[in-house]
Amino acid sequence: MIREITIGQYYDAESVIHRLDPRVKLVATLVYIISIFLVDNPVGYAFVAAFMIVMVGLSGVPVRYIVKGLRPIMIILFITVLFNMLLTPGRVLLSFWKINVTWEGIRIGFTMALRLVLLITGTSLMTLTTTPNNLTDAMERLLRPLTRLHVPVHEIAMMMSIALRFIPILLEETDIIMKAQMARGADFENGDLIKRAKALVPILVPLFISAFRRANDLAMAMEARCYRGGEGRTKMKPLVYARRDYVSYAITWCFLAGCVLIRIFL
Amino acid sequence: MGIITAKNLIYEYLRRDDEGNVCGKTRAVDCVDVDVRPGEFISILGHNGSGKSTLAKHINAILSPTEGEVCVDGLNTADPANTWEVRQRAGMVFQNPDNQIIGQLVEEDVGFGPENLGVPTPEIWERVNESLRLLGMLDFRMRSPNKLSGGQKQRVSIAGVLAMHPKCIILDEPTAMLDPNGRKEVIRAARALNDVEKITIVLITHYMEETIYSDKIIVMDKGHVAMQGTPKEIFSQVEKLQELRLNVPQVTLLAHELKKQGMPIPDCVLTRKELREAIKDAFKS
Amino acid sequence: MPLSLDHVNCIYATDTNHPVHALDDICLTLEDGQFIGLIGHTGCGKSTLVQHLNGLLKPTSGTITFDGEDIHARDYDRRALRGKVGLVFQYPEHQLFETDVLADVCFGPKNLGLDKDEIEKRAREALLAVGMTEEEFGNSPFELSGGQKRRVAIAGVLAMQPRVLILDEPTAGLDPAGREEILELTAKLHHDNHMTVILVSHSMDDVANYVERLLVMDRGRVKYDDVPKEVFKHVKELEDMGLALPEITYVMRSLKRHRFDVDETTTTIEDACEQIMNLYRMRKAPMDGQNGSSSEEKA
Repeated sequence: MIREITIGQYYDAESVIHRLDPRVKLVATLVYIISIFLVDNPVGYAFVAAFMIVMVGLSGVPVRYIVKGLRPIMIILFITVLFNMLLTPGRVLLSFWKINVTWEGIRIGFTMALRLVLLITGTSLMTLTTTPNNLTDAMERLLRPLTRLHVPVHEIAMMMSIALRFIPILLEETDIIMKAQMARGADFENGDLIKRAKALVPILVPLFISAFRRANDLAMAMEARCYRGGEGRTKMKPLVYARRDYVSYAITWCFLAGCVLIRIFL
Repeated sequence: MGIITAKNLIYEYLRRDDEGNVCGKTRAVDCVDVDVRPGEFISILGHNGSGKSTLAKHINAILSPTEGEVCVDGLNTADPANTWEVRQRAGMVFQNPDNQIIGQLVEEDVGFGPENLGVPTPEIWERVNESLRLLGMLDFRMRSPNKLSGGQKQRVSIAGVLAMHPKCIILDEPTAMLDPNGRKEVIRAARALNDVEKITIVLITHYMEETIYSDKIIVMDKGHVAMQGTPKEIFSQVEKLQELRLNVPQVTLLAHELKKQGMPIPDCVLTRKELREAIKDAFKS
Repeated sequence: MPLSLDHVNCIYATDTNHPVHALDDICLTLEDGQFIGLIGHTGCGKSTLVQHLNGLLKPTSGTITFDGEDIHARDYDRRALRGKVGLVFQYPEHQLFETDVLADVCFGPKNLGLDKDEIEKRAREALLAVGMTEEEFGNSPFELSGGQKRRVAIAGVLAMQPRVLILDEPTAGLDPAGREEILELTAKLHHDNHMTVILVSHSMDDVANYVERLLVMDRGRVKYDDVPKEVFKHVKELEDMGLALPEITYVMRSLKRHRFDVDETTTTIEDACEQIMNLYRMRKAPMDGQNGSSSEEKA
C-alpha cells in the first residue's frame, strides 16, 4: 500500500524538454509560477494555459500522466470551488434555504481552481521531465553564490540527493515493519486517537533505529570512498548550457514579459 | 615488501555503563601480524565477533590501531595526512548493499569515488565505463540501484571502488546478505579482478567455501590469528576448524569422514571433482 | 483441520504498468504437524505466499481456508488468525522495539488480549524455548548478539503459541554457528510442540536435512511438492530455476555417473559415508567376490 507513493516521479522519454538543462527548467518553472499569480483576466489565463499546453505537447509526457497527478488534489479543488461559490458576498444567482450562490463566488472559485490546476500541472511537468538528481544539481549550481554567505549549499544538495535515494528504501522498510508487527497481532486500524498513536511506537522505534544504522553505514561507506565535502570535487555530469538552453531562457523571459503586458494593458 | 602489513596490531575499545563511564576495555584485535603481497587473494575467515571486520577497518583507515601499526603500500594508516591516500589505494566494499550506494543511477554511483578524488570529467567517464565493463554491469548503467538484485548491487559497489583505481580491494563480508546465486556472482567478480587486473583482494567472510581459491587464508578467533596458511593447509585441519565453529564445506567433511573410517583419501579435499577422483583412486588401489 | 489454499492468485500492478503475477494459481494443503520447506530463487513469490497464509495480504482471487473457514470472510477475525499462524519475517530482529527482552516478547500475547499473568507466562516459556536464560530477560534487546536478537524475535512470535509457525529465511545474514542454532531450534520446536513448521529458504543445504516435505516455487507457481528425495531428482529443472542441490547430492551424483552404485538423492554426510564405506568394504573383501563386482567401476 505504502509503496504506491512515489515522490518526484520521473517519466522517461526523449524530448526537447527532457534534454533541457535542469537549471533552465527550474528557473522557467519559477517564472511560470509567478506568472500564474501575476495575470488577472481571462486573456491572461488563456495565455498561461496555452503556454502550458504547448510545453506538455513538447515534453512527450502522455496527458493521462499529468491528469493522474491532478487526482489527489481533486478534493481540494472541489472544496475551493464550493466554499468560494457559497461564501462570497455579491450578486445572488441562486438561493435556497439560507445559502446563496453568487456570481462573484463562482468567478473567484473557478479562478482559484484554474490557478491550482495550472500550478500543479506546471510543477509536475518539471518533475516528470527532470530526474531528481538533476534537480538537486541544478539547485546546487543556482544557489552557489550563497556559499559566500557560508550557506552549505553543496552539503544541502548532497543531503537532498541521499534523501531521495533512501526514501523508497525506507518506505519499503516501513511496510515490512508494519506487516511484521501485524503478524504479532498489532492493530493499526481500530481504537481512539490515543490508542492509534500508541500503536505507532512499534513501527517508529524500529524505523528510527534502522534509519540511524543506515546513516551510520552510509557515512562510513562515503568516507571510505574519499568523500570529504564539496571542496576539490569534480563532477561526472557537470551542467553545461547548450544553445537550446539560451533559446529557452529567451522564451521564458518573453513569456514573462507577455504576462506583464497583458496585466497592464488588458 | 607487502602491500598491506600489520605489525603487532592491537585494537581496544572502551565499554561504557549506562552513565557513560568507562567500565572496561575490550580487545577486538589482539597482536595480529599480517603480510599481504601485491596481487594476492587473501581470505580472512572467522565467525561474528572474531575481530575480522575490525581488522579490515584498519586497512582502510576507518579505525586507528591502539598499538602496533598498519601500513598500506608503505603508508602508515595512523597518520592523518595519509588517510585519503590510503583509502584511495585500499578500497573497501561493505556488507549491506543498500547502505553503501550513494548514486541514484548505477553509473552515477560508480562515478562518486572519482568525483571525490577530483578526477577530471572525461576521465571519470572512462573509469566508470571501464569499471562497469569489468564487473559486467554495463547494461545496467542507467538503472536505479533499488531495482537491482543483491548480487548486482554488490557488483556496483565493487565497480564504485574499482573506479578509484585502488591497488587492493577489501571486501568486508560482501556476501553475508545475499542468496546463493548472488554470492557466486560476487566471488566470481572478485576472483576475476584478481586474475585479470592483478588487484590484491582481501576477502572477509564466514563462508568457508568462498575461500577455496584464495592464495592464503587467515582464520581469526577472539581477536587472534588462530590459523594461517594455504587453503590446503587450513582445510586439512577439520577438527580444529570445527572447534572454531566454522562450517567446513560438506565435501571436505565427507572426505574427512571417509578417511577416518579407513579409506585412503588424501588429507584435504576441497572440490567435488577432487573427492570423486580420490574415491576412485581409493577403489583402484 | 489444516491450512489450505484453493486457486490463489496474486497480481500486483507496478508503476511500469506491467502487472506482476506474484502467485499463479496456487492450490496447496498444509497438513497439521508437518515440517515443510519452501524453497525458491529470490523473487519467486515465496515471501508473498507466506504473507497470504496469515491474512496479511489478500489474494487477488481464490480462497484461503484455516480450519475450514475462509480467512477473508467478512466477519472472520484475522487478528486472532495471526496468533494461530505465526509468521517470523526476514531479519526479524529489526522489529524489536521494547526496552527489555521480556517486554518485547510480551507484545504478541498482549495483542491477543490475554490477562497479565498468562502474557508473562507465555513470554517466559517462549524465551526459554529459544534458549535465552532468565538473567537475560531484563537486558535491552539491542545489546544482544545477532543470533540472540534473532532468537528473541522468534520468541516474540512463539509467545502467541501459534499452531503453525512460518519462518521466512530465518538464517539470512547469520554466521555458520548462528545458522545452525536457528535450524536446530526450528527442528526442536517442530518435534517438541508438534507445531506445523514452514521453513522458507533459498538454500537447499539449509532445508534438505530437516524437512519432511519440500515445496519448490518458481515464478509464482509451486513447481514441486514432494519429499526432498523425490524433488532432488529434478536436477536440471532445479538448476534452471537458479537453485542448487545440496553439495553431498552433487558428490553422489558424480559418483553414480562414474558407475558407483550409490543413491544419488542422498543429502547427509552420514548417509553418504555409510554407502561409500559399504562399497569400499565389499571391494576390499575379495572373498565376497560376487557382490563386490556389481558395484565396482569398470574404468
